[in-house]
Amino acid sequence: MSEKKKYNLKNELTKGFLRENPVLRLVLGTCPTLATSTSVVNGVGMGIAATIVLICSNIAISALRKVIPSKARIPAYIVVIASFVTMVQMLVKAFVPALDESLGVFLPLIVVNCIILGRAEAFAGKSPVLVSAVDGLGMGIGFTAALFCMGTVREILGAGTFLSGIDAMIGCSFKGFDFTGGLAKIGLAPMTLFILPAGGFFVFGLLMAAANRLAEGKGLKKAGLSPCAGCPRADACANKLCGEEKDV
Amino acid sequence: MKFFIALLVMGILTQNFTLAKFLGICPFLGVSKKLNTAVGMSAAVIFVMLIATAVTYPLNILLENNGLAYLQTIVFILVIAALVQMVEIVLKKYVKSLYKALGIYLPLITTNCAVLGVVILNIDYIGDYAAFGFGFGHAMMNAFAAGAGFMLAMVLFAGVRSRLEGADVPKFLEGLPITLIAAAIVSMSFLGFSGLVEGLGLLG
Repeated sequence: MSEKKKYNLKNELTKGFLRENPVLRLVLGTCPTLATSTSVVNGVGMGIAATIVLICSNIAISALRKVIPSKARIPAYIVVIASFVTMVQMLVKAFVPALDESLGVFLPLIVVNCIILGRAEAFAGKSPVLVSAVDGLGMGIGFTAALFCMGTVREILGAGTFLSGIDAMIGCSFKGFDFTGGLAKIGLAPMTLFILPAGGFFVFGLLMAAANRLAEGKGLKKAGLSPCAGCPRADACANKLCGEEKDV
Repeated sequence: MKFFIALLVMGILTQNFTLAKFLGICPFLGVSKKLNTAVGMSAAVIFVMLIATAVTYPLNILLENNGLAYLQTIVFILVIAALVQMVEIVLKKYVKSLYKALGIYLPLITTNCAVLGVVILNIDYIGDYAAFGFGFGHAMMNAFAAGAGFMLAMVLFAGVRSRLEGADVPKFLEGLPITLIAAAIVSMSFLGFSGLVEGLGLLG
């Protein structure tokens, strides 16, 4: 019985930060990472929304793991995840409309975020409720942290601001830092390229290199991307595509 | 007619689905190592995008007429998942040659954000482009343009990847990092198209 397996809660919580960081180590959820990290506030907003969905879906799926037949588990997981995404979508629309506007289509697209289905499949579907919730929290924090790093680099270099738009998000009077005035005095302007899509790929690449370096120091493997990462039937199919392009 | 062309140009060049909108990055990075797999995958994506749009567009009208618009996300993802499975079964039974070409990519597409993304964007566009009378035909055109944009990005990137194979890359960038930086440069080249739709007066 998997129930007998000993879980170390602290370990489950911290593994998502670097060792198994969903974005930088497992290379999951790349689309929202690239798209929503144009500013820190957007990125962290996305991270928090996904974390809430991840914790809730992990709890629900783990609680239902003995009821869901294994053959129909993927559709069942998708329904659970989609329901929580719809709830979060409604809450964001009602309470943080500014975030809804800036995330746009990526808010409903949390449904197909590989991190969430991936955790359901790899962890919550076979682990007890409390551990799954902690796993969801840890992975969510890892996702948010990666988005925060990306957002910080891209916003400071690309827009010359830091935490801009925070006033609209959490309703405070603090409007974030703005370096553009100071930069203009010494004849510099922000590098707009970094908030454009191209800059997203570039910063992500360098961040990945840094994470690889850190992981290497800990004796871990480099991050790789399997084409089957997002495929719900990866373990069942064993087709030639997966064999052909196993690692990048 | 002008608006049809505008949608096509936007989807493929100025707002390329993969390189500008960041949808479908997983297959873009994962399945672009060889040209033939890249072409097969993107052909399957175009195919599924068209079918998904054809089904979800009328479904959305049904949902909205019954005040159930908030169920969009759940309904769309389930419909797409069921549809992909069904298409796979039908192709396997009746259109063997097409199944051989696209079949192995179909399960990968079910939870691909590009497909759900284009379906949701099409619904958003009804409001955004109301002035142009965005309708079913436009939605199908947009789905095709999105898929074709994905294909263009995949094919271009497969070429870049094959050159990267033999390149002498700095050690710390080996593997995925250099792939992403190459993607940045490909994406940058697409910036050159910005302003094309306005310049041609397609949205005027």
